[in-house]
Parts: sequence; structure tokens; C-alpha cells
Amino acid sequence: MTQASGRAAVSLRGTARDDTEVLGVPRWIVAIAAVGALFIVLPIVGMTARVDWANFGALVTSPSAIAALLLSLRTAAASTALCLLLGVPMAVVLARSQFRGQRLVRAFVLLPLVLPPVVGGIALLSTFGRRGLLGQTFEVLGIQIAFSTTAVVLAQAFVALPFLVLSVEATLRASGARYEAVAATLGAAPNTVFWRVTLPLVVPGLVSGAVLAFARALGEFGATLTFAGSLEGVTRTLPLEIYLQRETDPDAAVALALVLVVVAVVVMVATHRPRGLS
Amino acid sequence: MCRPGRGRGSASASAAASASSTTAASRVPETLTVFAAASLKKTFTELATEFEAANPGVTVALNFAGSADLVTQITEGAPADVFAAADTKNMAKLTGAGLVTGAPAVFATNTLEIAVPPGNPAGVKSFADLADPATKVVICAAQVPCGAATAAIEKATGVTLAPVSEENAVTDVLGKVSSGEADAGLVYVTDVAGAGTSVLGIPFAESGTAVNSYPIGVVAASKHAELGTLFAGFVTGPTGRKVLAAAGFGTP
Repeated sequence: MTQASGRAAVSLRGTARDDTEVLGVPRWIVAIAAVGALFIVLPIVGMTARVDWANFGALVTSPSAIAALLLSLRTAAASTALCLLLGVPMAVVLARSQFRGQRLVRAFVLLPLVLPPVVGGIALLSTFGRRGLLGQTFEVLGIQIAFSTTAVVLAQAFVALPFLVLSVEATLRASGARYEAVAATLGAAPNTVFWRVTLPLVVPGLVSGAVLAFARALGEFGATLTFAGSLEGVTRTLPLEIYLQRETDPDAAVALALVLVVVAVVVMVATHRPRGLS
Repeated sequence: MCRPGRGRGSASASAAASASSTTAASRVPETLTVFAAASLKKTFTELATEFEAANPGVTVALNFAGSADLVTQITEGAPADVFAAADTKNMAKLTGAGLVTGAPAVFATNTLEIAVPPGNPAGVKSFADLADPATKVVICAAQVPCGAATAAIEKATGVTLAPVSEENAVTDVLGKVSSGEADAGLVYVTDVAGAGTSVLGIPFAESGTAVNSYPIGVVAASKHAELGTLFAGFVTGPTGRKVLAAAGFGTP
């Protein structure tokens, strides 16, 4: 019991130093791991080798490139906020309660992870589109979603939400419900327990989940193209701009692709730390 | 394994080329890989079947994608024997690089048409109607052939469109119209013909100011060059004309 809570306290402070002791890893595993790393890194190196460095600055600072990058950052931030708003309660319900059909609900929540993005786009279109399930309702309210930046945010949130839910739920399950139970027995109301105990407990999972969601939103392509369309400054995010530039200016496409890679790497390295959970 | 087959295949291909293609009965199995623009999917699938029937032993493998994508694939060494593009600009990229031999023959033309959802909710009647800001218009981006044609018509007519979306492919424009998300879109005549009742076509006279030409050529690195030439001749010949005309393509 003391050992368990001690461990939880360590990971709570995010300084799981004693978990990182050096273990003997068999050489063959290291060899295969190296091949795996190369498999991911080599294509990026290959792409970088194609960059037209002489014109790199001009290519990535063209008005359409800047518009696409800013739109991407803005929409990815908005969709991450939407994921946090919806995803944290979803993770809490999935981790802390038991109900009939819970496994089915979880399967549906994770569905966007395995769906081809274009299918997500079709699904969103048939729901929020003009002739979709909710389209009429929105039309009456004077809200037009198709072809708007809102559509981009919805498409990104749809594909990114599972990353946040998974990450936060895993953290909640790993930390256990002991602190919440103690707080409750000491007379704290469910609301107080959530804000004062549960939420601080999941901060590490929340941060890494939000980073993953942001990165996924940044790379969203298929659902956006299908659901939101493609117009400079409105719906044409960086991935869509890369896809379009490829038609006529492969150099610009490669240069922008590198920008996207750099942004994604910077975001992940700066904020994503694997949790030292035992 | 490959060489004798290829030798005899080529021999019978030249025999078939010099005589009527229907006489080539003793052809050794040979596969011809044809890369064709996405807008040719229906017609080339039909032509491939007819070509196989006329040349026993020949299998035609088809790869459809946007012309620019196909150019990239061929430039990167994809094993194509024949390339059919939706515009001369993309074909010029390959002839310019020496990747397609000879002078590619233009086998069809295509023009734009306004597509609207069934019932024409926005009441579009002419090209000028598309400039109405209340009408949600979707077009192709200027970087792709259908968008270049759209831009040419805008320039010729002086009508400037304010589209809600500029798509990468004509099929995406068609999809946004048939789903009712857009009030109108500019697509090819052949797209409207192929879409059946899911969209309504509104022809407009100004479309004649931008005619797209479809060229076909044999890839320089092809190991089935003679058979490829035979296929290109089949497409530009009477059978090709008939199938393409039935789909709404114009005669060059």
C-alpha cells in the first residue's frame, strides 16, 4: 500500500527517475529497434534530400504557404481545445464508471483511429452537411458549416479525439481511484473530487494526449478535403496546400512538407514526455 | 522467362499491327500497363476489354489517377507502357524529359459544363449566374487541368467567380454537387454524362473558349512498345472514337 502510493506520487510529480534504471536489453532487440527507427527516419531524410534549399525561403514564405500554415496552427489549436472539452469527461466516464455496453462505447470512441479519414469526411458530411442529419437544424439557426473553417475544426477534432481520450483514460486507470475514494470519505462532493483530485492526477496524460491530438489535427487531410473543401485562408490547411502544390510545383510541396514535419517534431519534443508509469 | 515471351509477343504485335489486329490469334501472354487520366476511367476500361478481345493473350492493366500524379509516378520509374493525359501540359512534362517517345496523338477533347444538384435549387441558368454571391460554387483549383480551363473561361468572359471551394480533382467537385453541398460546380461534359441522375448538366456557350485535349503516348522505357503503339492506334482509331464519343468526348 505504501509502496503503491509512493509510486503514484512519483509519477504524479512527473519525475519517475527511479523507473529509468538501465536494464540489460538483448542486442538483437536493439538491432531490430534500429531497423524500425530507420524505417521511419529514412523516408524523412529522403524527402529532406529533395528540398530545393536555394529557393526554400521563397517557397515557404509565399502568401499561400503562410496562409495555409497559419490556418493549420489556428484550426489545430481550436480542435485540440474541443478535444479537451469533450475528451476529458469521456475519459473520466470510461475509466471511473461501469455501465452496460461500455466496451461497445469505447470501440465507437476509438473508431476514428481506424477509419480511413475520407470515411470520416463522408460521415461528417452526412451529419453536418446541408442535407445531413443536423444540416437542416443548423440552416434554421443560420449556421453554415460546410466549406467553413468550422468544418475544418470539426474534421480535425473527429480524428484527434480518440488520442486524447485514450491517453487520459490510461492515466486515470494507472493512477487508480484511491485518492478519489479517500477524498470522498473525507466528505468532498463529486465536483470537488473532480476538480481537486481527478484533474490534477491526469495532468501528465492530459498534456501528452493534447499534444498527440494537436499533432494529429495538424496532419489531418482526408476528412478535411471531403467535408470542408479547399479554399485559401478558409479551409486549405497545410496538408491540403501540399497536396495542391504537388500538381504544379513539386519543389514547393516538398518544402512545405518539411515545414510540417519540423512543426510536428518541435511540438512533440517540446511537450510530449512518455509517462514513467509502472 | 521474360525474354522469349517478350520477343514473340513483340513479333506478333508487329504482325498484328501490319495486318488487322483481330488476326493475332497466337499471341504469347503479354501484359500492357496503361496509365490514364481519372476522367478516362469508364471509356478506357471499356476500350481495354475490347482491345483484349481483339488481341487474344494480351492483358491490359489500367492505372487511373490525376494526370499530374501519373506524371510523377512515371518520372519516378513506375512501369507504364502507355500514358493518356487529360491535357497537353502534363504530357509535355514527359515528352520534354524524353520519357515519352514520338509525338503523342490527341485522341479526344473535353469541355466544361455546369453541374447542379437535381432540381437546380439555386436556379442556375448561365455561366454569369455562377458569379452570384448567394450561389455556392465549387470549381477545380487552377493548378489542375479542369481548373485551368475554368480560369480560361473566366478570363474570356470577364466573369469572376467567388467559389466556396477549389478542389484538387474534378471528381471532388462532382461529389460536392451531387451531395447537394454546393449549388453548382464546373466539371467536364463527360463527368455529367457519367454521373447519371445524381447531377443535372447545364451546357453553356462560353465553354468553347477552353477545350482540353487528351494526348496518348508510348512510354520510352516500355518493354512492350510495339503493343503500346498498337493500343494507342486502337484508341485513336474507329473503336476508340466510338466509345469516347458515346461518353461525351469531342473529336479532335
